[in-house]
Amino acid sequence: MADLSTNPATVRPDPSLGGLFVAALKRELLLSLRRKSELVNPLIFFLMVVTLFPLGVSPEPGFLAQLAPGVLWVAALLATLLSMDSLFRSDFDDGSLEQLLLSPQPLFVVVLAKVLAHWMLTGLVLTLVAPLIAVMLFLPAEGMPGLMLSLLLGTPTLSLVGAIGAALTVGLRKGGVLIALLVLPLYIPVLIFGTGAVQAAVTGLPLGGYLALLGALLALGATLAPLAIGAALRISVSG
Amino acid sequence: MSGALLKVEKLFCERDERVLFDDLSFEIRSGEIVQVEGANGSGKTTLLRILSGLSRNYEGEIYWRGEPLAAVREQFHRELLYFGHQPGVKALLTAEENLHWYCALHPALDPARIAQALQQVGLEGFEDVACHMLSAGQQRRVSLARLYLNDAPLWILDEPFTAIDKGGVAAQEALIARHVAAGGSVVLTTHQDLQGVEALRRINLDQQSGT
Repeated sequence: MADLSTNPATVRPDPSLGGLFVAALKRELLLSLRRKSELVNPLIFFLMVVTLFPLGVSPEPGFLAQLAPGVLWVAALLATLLSMDSLFRSDFDDGSLEQLLLSPQPLFVVVLAKVLAHWMLTGLVLTLVAPLIAVMLFLPAEGMPGLMLSLLLGTPTLSLVGAIGAALTVGLRKGGVLIALLVLPLYIPVLIFGTGAVQAAVTGLPLGGYLALLGALLALGATLAPLAIGAALRISVSG
Repeated sequence: MSGALLKVEKLFCERDERVLFDDLSFEIRSGEIVQVEGANGSGKTTLLRILSGLSRNYEGEIYWRGEPLAAVREQFHRELLYFGHQPGVKALLTAEENLHWYCALHPALDPARIAQALQQVGLEGFEDVACHMLSAGQQRRVSLARLYLNDAPLWILDEPFTAIDKGGVAAQEALIARHVAAGGSVVLTTHQDLQGVEALRRINLDQQSGT
């Protein structure tokens, strides 16, 4: 053992927290890529809402341009919320979660990796697709940077907060509705500042304030949410 | 301490207003096997989940090497192997990927032994097959391969022989006997009689249950 740990040439994976984080991230991404149908669900939802909206309200460009920031943000928020329920569900069902909780490694590292993987496959994808869909809603070109930046800063917070709800409800058979009830109030600040940023960008006002607030929410979420998620998972498994 | 690895004092647990066990006290020393017995629904799994620290719905005290369990949780988890009701195997990952993840969660384990462990549970040639393609017994065997990887002093095994064929059961019994001979201890539930093991103690939960 002694010479193993001192010899960097051995194939032993990095036992540090960084190594664990990378291993967890890889595992989550691999699992998601092997379950492709769930992968495209949030994206399809996002697309459907945005394409159906003009049909239901009015296809008039000026009117749609006015609604676009709100519609895009609400659609992104609900798409994230819909994908939340499955975050810990399969781990809970097959006993992987028990093994995770019995690991001597700190729980928040794995939890943070899981949330990051979730965000990369929902929030990040939505952020990249958003400009394309914004064009369908006649959002002026000046609004695009605001839209991209606010989604980039806002959607990770949605994933982090949603994961707390998912962790609390994973022990219940029907947790879906409960997650929405628990989490939606906490999503509202992100929604307000996110749409605010897009509207400011459209009218040519400075974005800095909105982005700073979204960034502050993200910093708060990234530091505190993993601990809350870990505690919630212990409660759910204990029950 | 007198060699008691795990000490349970006056454990009380009720579930749905039914008392599963009350005033349950016992010790597990190194080199000992404790078989938890009882009818279906008598609380065997609940007891093992409490002992492993997963469930906290109990009253009473649990000590690990003389210290209260809550104070030495990390140390305890380092020295524990828990084999639960669900095997903890991801159906979408291969046997090898599953065990690599287990090694990542337990940094003391050596991933170089994974191939050997899979061979020992009879899964040679199935390393790269996604677990949902394997039979139920083979999936359990993926999880049982952890026993060959982990020399943790305490093994808590919940029905380890379910869906395992006769040859597999004999191999697991030999492994458990070896583990105990090497000074480890085992708590398990099974409806089978263990062959070839000495120092076996039984805890019967049927006498414990109240109203």
